[in-house]
Amino acid sequence: MKLKSTLENYMFIFPAVVIFSIFYIIPFIWVFQLSLSDWDGILPTKTFIALANFKEIIFQDPNWWQAMRNGGYITLIALTFQNALAFLLALACDRQIRLKHFYRTVFFIPPILSEIVVGMVWRFIINDVDGANIINRMFSGMGLAQLAHNWLTDPNTALTTVALVHSWKGFGWGFLIFLAGLQTIPKELYEAARVDGANAWDCFKKITLPLMVPVMVLVAILTILGTMQAFALILGLVGGEFAGHTSVPVLRILTVMRDSSRFGYACAQGISLGVILVVISFIQYRLSKRYRRV
Amino acid sequence: MKSAIYYRTKKFTLNLLIHLFLVSVVVTCLYPLLWMVASSFKTQETIFSDISLIPKAFHFENYYLAIRESDFGRYFLNSVFYTVSVVFGIVIISSLAAYAFSRLRFPGRNIIFIVFIAAMMIPLPGSFVPLFVLLNKLHLRNTPLGYILCMISVGLSMSIFLLKTFFDTMPRELEDAARIDGCSKLGIWWHVALPLARPVLAVVVVFNALNVWNEYVLALIIFDNKNLMPLQRALMIFRGEFLTNYPLLMAGLTITALPIIIVYLFMQKYIVKGVTSTALFD
Repeated sequence: MKLKSTLENYMFIFPAVVIFSIFYIIPFIWVFQLSLSDWDGILPTKTFIALANFKEIIFQDPNWWQAMRNGGYITLIALTFQNALAFLLALACDRQIRLKHFYRTVFFIPPILSEIVVGMVWRFIINDVDGANIINRMFSGMGLAQLAHNWLTDPNTALTTVALVHSWKGFGWGFLIFLAGLQTIPKELYEAARVDGANAWDCFKKITLPLMVPVMVLVAILTILGTMQAFALILGLVGGEFAGHTSVPVLRILTVMRDSSRFGYACAQGISLGVILVVISFIQYRLSKRYRRV
Repeated sequence: MKSAIYYRTKKFTLNLLIHLFLVSVVVTCLYPLLWMVASSFKTQETIFSDISLIPKAFHFENYYLAIRESDFGRYFLNSVFYTVSVVFGIVIISSLAAYAFSRLRFPGRNIIFIVFIAAMMIPLPGSFVPLFVLLNKLHLRNTPLGYILCMISVGLSMSIFLLKTFFDTMPRELEDAARIDGCSKLGIWWHVALPLARPVLAVVVVFNALNVWNEYVLALIIFDNKNLMPLQRALMIFRGEFLTNYPLLMAGLTITALPIIIVYLFMQKYIVKGVTSTALFD
């Protein structure tokens, strides 16, 4: 009777466990297995080469490190510009202000669109070759024609352009989380501070900022994880002709897998990125914990 | 003592500045999308000369061409089919599991739950490489079933987490009453737990639907067969083929983006709830 009941209970999680094991756990284990081998994805034999893939990544793969640097640069802009914008907008919308609901609705439209769509639409706004290049027309209209140039093909501006489009798509996430965080701060705290003679800036510095630190850390972690793994936006924006200057880690992994058929090496790249991401988010999490205790 | 007028002017100016700031961001958000829709009604000749947001003449034939000649109708239906199947699968499978994790007893319950949740937090870029190998072995590449099962797996962790959190707070009295009336465990799940969980299920549905509709990388590695491709994947192929036909491409982009925006406008409440509840769970 007891056994039958337990078996019955297992049936509830059975479909979830089966699908999850096959399509998540097995690939998860295989990534590590494949990363230690040299394999083209077709031959039945895999050659075990221990850590040779990782050695090659660390010492002999400038393309990978350029992609990592590019990803890091986009992430840096996302962490600073995008999140600062998100925070400012959240502060503005946390006040007693008209049209609050409308603003919130609009700010979250870019995040719900797909990276492909966003990339393609922006390409046709800012590209010269096959776009209207509205930005250049705007500069010309303001008498700044010398600023106009081809943003996506010039190696000096391509990556920043990608980062700004990425920020356009992403700031709504941070905004929504910041706003939810701000709304959890009890209003009594501000009232008490006012009674004690604090001005708006004091309140911000002594109440809002410290209480928002955990939320900021969370948004920072989500931003790093999301941005370092983003790539479809770049496919849509820059397209097939992406040279090194807009390549990012996941694009490298895809290229290595599909064009060079080096499955083991692609897995090793995935692991090196994954490890870095886990370490960064762990450090940030610990730091925020310490800050909260102080 | 400063006068009331001083304070009122100060407040008015501050609010004005804030609104200016917010409105400028609103314009930046909406302009590219309005431009996309406007361009989809223009022709190859007017798309770059007439850059206004309201075209001088509306050319609906771009939509006709996109749907009829370029198979966007098929890609659209593919996307709808994948989205509906995946969401349906996730709702059933994750609510069964979440109910068990919350209410039923069996050895290993906590460990298995933790594995599901850990998967949500550990990033593994490049896991599509072994997934590609696996699907090949199982002969699931280039099949709708392969794509649907992968996408169900992607959405499981978060959905189980959301639903279990809800079931944990659900009062037990209703379930006890149903049990006394002779309801089986499965009956309680279906007749009591699921109806009560409707608000959370809405979050699960909307969130996963957005996720499937916008998914790209798995569609890229799973489908070579054009007839099976969802919209996002087809758009990239389409761009390669019709690189110079911008109005047509803009019509394709509008067809892809518009359903999502409409769903968002109606289901906004649940999306906001989903974002904040998954983000602020610690």
